[in-house]
Amino acid sequence: MGNEAIVRGALEAGVALVTTYPGTPASEIGDRCYDIARQTDLQFEFSTNEKVALEVAAGAAACGWRVLCAMKHVGLNVAADTLMTLAYVGVKGGMVIVSADDPSLFSSQNEQDNRYYAKMAGLPMLEPATPEEAKEMTLAAFALSEELKLPVLLRTTTRVNHTRGAVRLGKLAPAPKPGRFSKDPFRQVMVPAVARQAHARLLKAEDRARNLAAVSPFNEISGAGTWGIVTSGVSSTYVADALAELGLTDKVRLLKLGFTHPLPQDLLTDFLGPLDKVLVVEELEPYLEEGLQAVAQAHGLIAVIRGKGPELFSRLYEYHPALVRQIIARFFQVPYEAPAVLAPEVILEHLLPDRPPNLCPGCPHRATYYAVKIALKELGVEGVFPTDIGCYTLGFLPPLSMADLFICMGSSISIAAGISRATGQQVVAFIGDSTFFHAGLPALTNAVHNRHDFFLVILDNGTTAMTGSQPHPGVSLAPPGYPGVHVPLDRVVKALGVDQLWVTDPFKYKASLAATKEALGAKGVRVLISQAPCHLYQQRLTGKKRQARFQVVESCGECRHCLENFCCPAMYLDSAQADHVMIDPDLCSGCAFCVQWCENIQPVKKLAVSSEQ
Amino acid sequence: MAATEKRKAKTGNLRIYLTGVGGQGTLVASRMLGEAALAAGFNPMVSETHGMAQRGGVVVSTVVLGDLKSPSISPAEADIVLGFEVLEAFRALNHCHPASLVIANTAAIVPYPVAIGKAQYPSVDKMCRRLAEHVGKLLAFDASDLARQAGSTLAVNMVLLGALAATDSLPFPAEVILAVVRSRTKEKFLASNLQAFDLGAAAARDSGNWQPRAGD
Repeated sequence: MGNEAIVRGALEAGVALVTTYPGTPASEIGDRCYDIARQTDLQFEFSTNEKVALEVAAGAAACGWRVLCAMKHVGLNVAADTLMTLAYVGVKGGMVIVSADDPSLFSSQNEQDNRYYAKMAGLPMLEPATPEEAKEMTLAAFALSEELKLPVLLRTTTRVNHTRGAVRLGKLAPAPKPGRFSKDPFRQVMVPAVARQAHARLLKAEDRARNLAAVSPFNEISGAGTWGIVTSGVSSTYVADALAELGLTDKVRLLKLGFTHPLPQDLLTDFLGPLDKVLVVEELEPYLEEGLQAVAQAHGLIAVIRGKGPELFSRLYEYHPALVRQIIARFFQVPYEAPAVLAPEVILEHLLPDRPPNLCPGCPHRATYYAVKIALKELGVEGVFPTDIGCYTLGFLPPLSMADLFICMGSSISIAAGISRATGQQVVAFIGDSTFFHAGLPALTNAVHNRHDFFLVILDNGTTAMTGSQPHPGVSLAPPGYPGVHVPLDRVVKALGVDQLWVTDPFKYKASLAATKEALGAKGVRVLISQAPCHLYQQRLTGKKRQARFQVVESCGECRHCLENFCCPAMYLDSAQADHVMIDPDLCSGCAFCVQWCENIQPVKKLAVSSEQ
Repeated sequence: MAATEKRKAKTGNLRIYLTGVGGQGTLVASRMLGEAALAAGFNPMVSETHGMAQRGGVVVSTVVLGDLKSPSISPAEADIVLGFEVLEAFRALNHCHPASLVIANTAAIVPYPVAIGKAQYPSVDKMCRRLAEHVGKLLAFDASDLARQAGSTLAVNMVLLGALAATDSLPFPAEVILAVVRSRTKEKFLASNLQAFDLGAAAARDSGNWQPRAGD
């Protein structure tokens, strides 16, 4: 896997410290490093957020250690403050920052193109196209970083992170020696006078980087003719296949870029020289296209350079092989007949039902949502629900419909403050435990200090479930031997000045409902910590499955309250039994929550007895 | 159809599209297929879906073999579709071409909107008939039932791998996949996995499961 290849490259380079905050599509980098760190001298940590991760790594790199810091694309927004000035400070040991972008938003809130961070910060950037290149470039990035004394951005996309392919292994580096911090405040303390000089140094280093990019083996020209294609990342694999399939391999001059900031201007002018038509194939923003056009303009080159446009490539979403093939054929006007794509719904003359993802059976978040829903109903109040990032974001789907506004990590709390101040409406914000430690602390402190008025529910399932159950400071479900110190969530919340705090178990319905109602009836900043472990992860850690099962009794009428308000995936309408509500025993997790509020649901006795064995 | 067959024969390229529901083991199947291809001397690429979509949603993975560099598969370009669930197999019809082989588990997993009466699940028979009309070959059977017979409902992926290996559409023998299954399965599940693999292979040899029938 691309992510594993990055880890391997770092180990071959002698990385001493890896830091991360988990986020798809980068999560496996941290997961593998955690496992390796348990068995070797590698230092690894799940940091509380990406800014913290980058700073811990920067501290170690200042002492000569090789360090890697991995995050998803939006994580670099969190770390951007550090990144911009770290570029001034520079590094002593090699530092690689992995930014995993997510075109098509498989698991993200946006599809920003982080190549602009390299340009904005003035940092060298490498863009692998395959797992093999991911390993090679990671290895090379450490050397590059030490040569320039700058952090290097390794920019990947989901399709590279999550593709598996053959990788040639090199030798692992020996264990690193302890680092040593040598004082040099007039280069490393970024007060204005020092930073002015540091910025000038950065620009010089960027020039050196440009020269290195011009001779980098990762930037490769092949083919010949007056037509040209420029590409980078996974798009270059689609281009290679398309050229072969269209019979154009020898008729097109191809520039495959892997070292994409700073753009090597001399190489680009050499490349553009003989060309009259150039197509730029890159996902998301026209980063290379703009760079090429600027170079062509500066050198008076008249080649037509195009990439994005109505008849060409989109700035939206991932590309795929046939799309790239079709646009290459169209741009160079070579004959090509696109294969006919079958339309399943037309052929079936029937709509295909969607299969939206859903919170698992036995998920504590659903139980919390239910209590809030019912409490608001019984009080006759409409709630507004700012939410945050985690499994619980799935609660936005109807019929659960427990999310109204969501932007980024930690935004639920401050957005809630803004809404309630502007409207006076009853605002109930939701945030997960890991997200709270990541970005919720300043927001909650602000809410207390500025006397805001809303109800915050912290959904505390003891882990970072969505990204694969990584630990965090408040972790209660940790892998065996996890060395992190537990930071209790309730004490943190109290210490921030929250006086109105409830801690409940969402599976104890009566108590949970009562606490929710109390909180809804109060004024000011109110926090409820709804605490129950992620069922799925707990089961995986303990290897134990709950045996109890529940079923709907025959007297159940047609109220459908459970389907409309609770939405457990184990519940369904049995068409064979006149649409009687049933519980699928294979899906039921035995959480015993629904049985607390519906008299028509009862334990299945037989199954309960067999659980004793 | 003929042109596609010819292209395939000439280049030896093979694009396999696996689709199912989160939790069905599609990722394990695609990894094992990739490892088997690697062991057989190919340079495979396996691409996966992770993250939010995995919670009960559709999970797609792809395995690409041959001279291809692209890890993903475009619409109309899958040579083989492994459908772990019949609705998802049918949804993947847009990734099929007229010579595609589709192997579909006919057992339905009802999506939540259907479960609560907000949408209708299409007729399984009709989906299979329409699939058969539009692709090269369809091998359709209840893989979930066979997995249960082998002792684990989670072994649907092994049933489908066994069936695929028995179709002769891979450029390497079943034994290579079996070796990966043996080395990658926990002791506790090995017997049921191997049995599921065999049951899948037997299902592929049963001409009654093919549309049009094998040999027709």
